[in-house]
Amino acid sequence: MENHLFEIVEEPIQIEKVIAKVVRREAGAITTFIGTVREWTKGRRTLYLKYEAYVSMAEKMLRQVGEEVCGKWPDVKIAITHRIGELQISDTAVVVAVSAPHRKEAYAANEYAMERIKQIVPIWKKEHWEDGEMWIGNQSETVSYAEGKPIIKGDKH
Amino acid sequence: MIQVLLFAELQEKTGKAKIKLKAGHMTVTELKDVLIDKYGIKQLDKVMVAINEDYAEDEDRIQPGDTVAFLPPVSGG
Repeated sequence: MENHLFEIVEEPIQIEKVIAKVVRREAGAITTFIGTVREWTKGRRTLYLKYEAYVSMAEKMLRQVGEEVCGKWPDVKIAITHRIGELQISDTAVVVAVSAPHRKEAYAANEYAMERIKQIVPIWKKEHWEDGEMWIGNQSETVSYAEGKPIIKGDKH
Repeated sequence: MIQVLLFAELQEKTGKAKIKLKAGHMTVTELKDVLIDKYGIKQLDKVMVAINEDYAEDEDRIQPGDTVAFLPPVSGG
């Protein structure tokens, strides 16, 4: 798998460039997920976010997500870029682009990849509000781990 | 020597991103106990551990030279 398909970057993500990585003649569909910084979460106003990552491991885990996706949907090609650092409202935090012969797999693979990113990729978000700040992760507003741990092993069908 | 990496709130609470520990072989649980004893970390139950960038379990063994990262629940995306 090509390494540059899975990147952690500090500069603004150029969405078209992520999409271009998965363009190919076999594809009849490309789904693009764009994760953006939301202003309001449960009635609280976010001023800006700060993302931090264990960059080398995060890129490795993004590659693992890509391998899981290709295991489940062998005909797809996927590229993921996640931005870290300080992001403003509506900035793009993550882009997942998936190309496939048909749209169903492209949608499904894209959603699966995003779920796995939220489980296993070591990236943390700190929300800065008007009246405080907090690292998100063990809070109820994000994914909660029933057993206290994420599921590390993805299911490869 | 074991290199310990701390992230997110763990880094802020301890004021440290990296700790070099003079230590030999130990389990992840034993290393957690060292961190709790010496660095004022209250609990590490929900924290994931990676040894040399691979997720590890509490009973996994750490060797000298390993890099062990303590990863609070992640919140990317």
